[in-house]
Amino acid sequence: MKKIFLIIITYILSFNQLNALIEIDITRGNLDPLPIAVSPLHIDIKSEKYKDIKIEELGSNISSIIEKNFKGTGLFNPLKKEAFVQKPDIAHLKPRFEDWRLIKAQALVTGKILVKNEKLKVEFRLWDLTAAKEMTALAFTTTPSNWRRVAHIISDKIYERLTGEEGYFDTRIIYVAESGPKDQRVKKLAIMDQDGSNTKYLTLGNELVLTPRFNPTNQMVTYLSYFRNMPRVYLLDIETGTQEVVGNFPGMTFAPRFSPDGKKIIMSFAEDGNSDIYTMDLENRIVERITNHSSIDTSPSFSPDGKYIAFNSDRSGLQQIYVMRSDGSDVRRVTFGKGIYGTPVWSPRGDLIAFTKVRKGRFYIGVMRTDGSGERLLTENYYQEAPSWSPNGRVLVFYRETKAGSKGEGFSATLWSIDITGYNERKLSTKTDASDPSWSSLLSK
Amino acid sequence: MIFNTSLKNIFLVVFTTLILSACSTAKKSGDIDGDVYTGKETVKYLASGVPDRVFFATNKSSLTTASRATLRKQATYLRKNKKLNVTIEGHADERGTREYNLALGERRANAARDYLMTYGISGKRISTISYGKEKPVNPASSPLAWSQNRRSVTVKVN
Repeated sequence: MKKIFLIIITYILSFNQLNALIEIDITRGNLDPLPIAVSPLHIDIKSEKYKDIKIEELGSNISSIIEKNFKGTGLFNPLKKEAFVQKPDIAHLKPRFEDWRLIKAQALVTGKILVKNEKLKVEFRLWDLTAAKEMTALAFTTTPSNWRRVAHIISDKIYERLTGEEGYFDTRIIYVAESGPKDQRVKKLAIMDQDGSNTKYLTLGNELVLTPRFNPTNQMVTYLSYFRNMPRVYLLDIETGTQEVVGNFPGMTFAPRFSPDGKKIIMSFAEDGNSDIYTMDLENRIVERITNHSSIDTSPSFSPDGKYIAFNSDRSGLQQIYVMRSDGSDVRRVTFGKGIYGTPVWSPRGDLIAFTKVRKGRFYIGVMRTDGSGERLLTENYYQEAPSWSPNGRVLVFYRETKAGSKGEGFSATLWSIDITGYNERKLSTKTDASDPSWSSLLSK
Repeated sequence: MIFNTSLKNIFLVVFTTLILSACSTAKKSGDIDGDVYTGKETVKYLASGVPDRVFFATNKSSLTTASRATLRKQATYLRKNKKLNVTIEGHADERGTREYNLALGERRANAARDYLMTYGISGKRISTISYGKEKPVNPASSPLAWSQNRRSVTVKVN
């Protein structure tokens, strides 16, 4: 987001949608990952130097990132490069399919890069080894310093071609970076690429910050800050670094999220101890009260069409999840299971709500249909909460805390991801302890 | 004078040791009623005999009999010190979701504030702030620690 990133799709070599024999069924989880060979991208000998980028290593660095992305999905099994049977440049022209099949690969990714006139030109091809066919090919040009994103974009295109779903690799995660002892935590806003690289800190840690969330274009973040010991919802422009308080509320505002069109922020405002849900229009500053109840109403989340709001309320006595129309009418309780429910988050596809459930002292991340039916608990732990959806609605990221000893020792907070199938639970790599993750949408569409 | 101060210091050390040992024995049982903390281990004092905090049951913001007694002492103290303003911090334990806990802390702080107001303390003198589960007084993950962390604390601001 430093610069506006322009990908110029120069030409499409071919787009052979039909006749594809390999396909991944992602509804079942990682039962049978697809063996895939990702050949290092061939470096055109006409390539020139560019700043401090090691051109000679670029081809294998890009292919390593693609492999790591694929492995992280649990749907692919990237094969070891030692077994590769053809040089990158020759394979890229036309692979000897039978040789690649010998190492049990079913799909092959090849590519070529050229760095010239301060531009990075990339082309790649995906081959179906079983059908002995090219499945997809693409070429694009960008600035060389964007080479990591090139790897993510290639990963997205291949994932899309093989699964029929949009990818989620060219994305970022904003979160709260934590350090220090448990009773004196220092918290900063941090942003990183989905694979854990390019970590940047957006606040200095002087004040407590919590629950950052992206706007739909990923340029703005709304979060809670205790700046001057006044807990309020803030708006941060990631590009310029400018921050402002959202609205002029005479008390704590918290639990902010953007509306799906990015025009409003929905949040809780606590008045005389009672929390209700409000929206504020960012253009005309008009504040609307959405709930008016003597219970705690918080953690609001819009449906992707903007027509409904899921939220958390204890109006029944304990925390449960409710759904209402976006004007606050037609409030319906949707969770009736044993235990308490919190942090509802509507999936980007609109069909599911992810939530945190607490039962008998254990914490679960789960998904259910938007009417509360079809509850599926995906993962159980000592403490975990705050799911956030990948832009394609296939994966959830959340945070987990460990049980601490008598002096707070042994405490940690970490980010995890899990498929909505309940398979493929993974710890995300972060530079520090981390919590409150929020997944961006695809940076390039 | 010097002799006098050091004597005082010795007395303080002995006294603190006594309190500490009393606490460590009391910890084992009887410090939690239902799941509301009733001990003194983390408690500080606004003045002699005026505890700064009250404790709550899980997910609750209602005041217990003991809490009301503590708050009445605070009200008396505030009536005597008319120029003193306070902030009431509301806190939750770590066993709930972060956003709900922020709301719960707010509710607890306001429960204490409302009670002080019914005893004649002007609302203008009492501000509130919720920290949710962000500032545990006891960092352990145990029922005792959680009961000590479910609290509202009255803090002098001037």
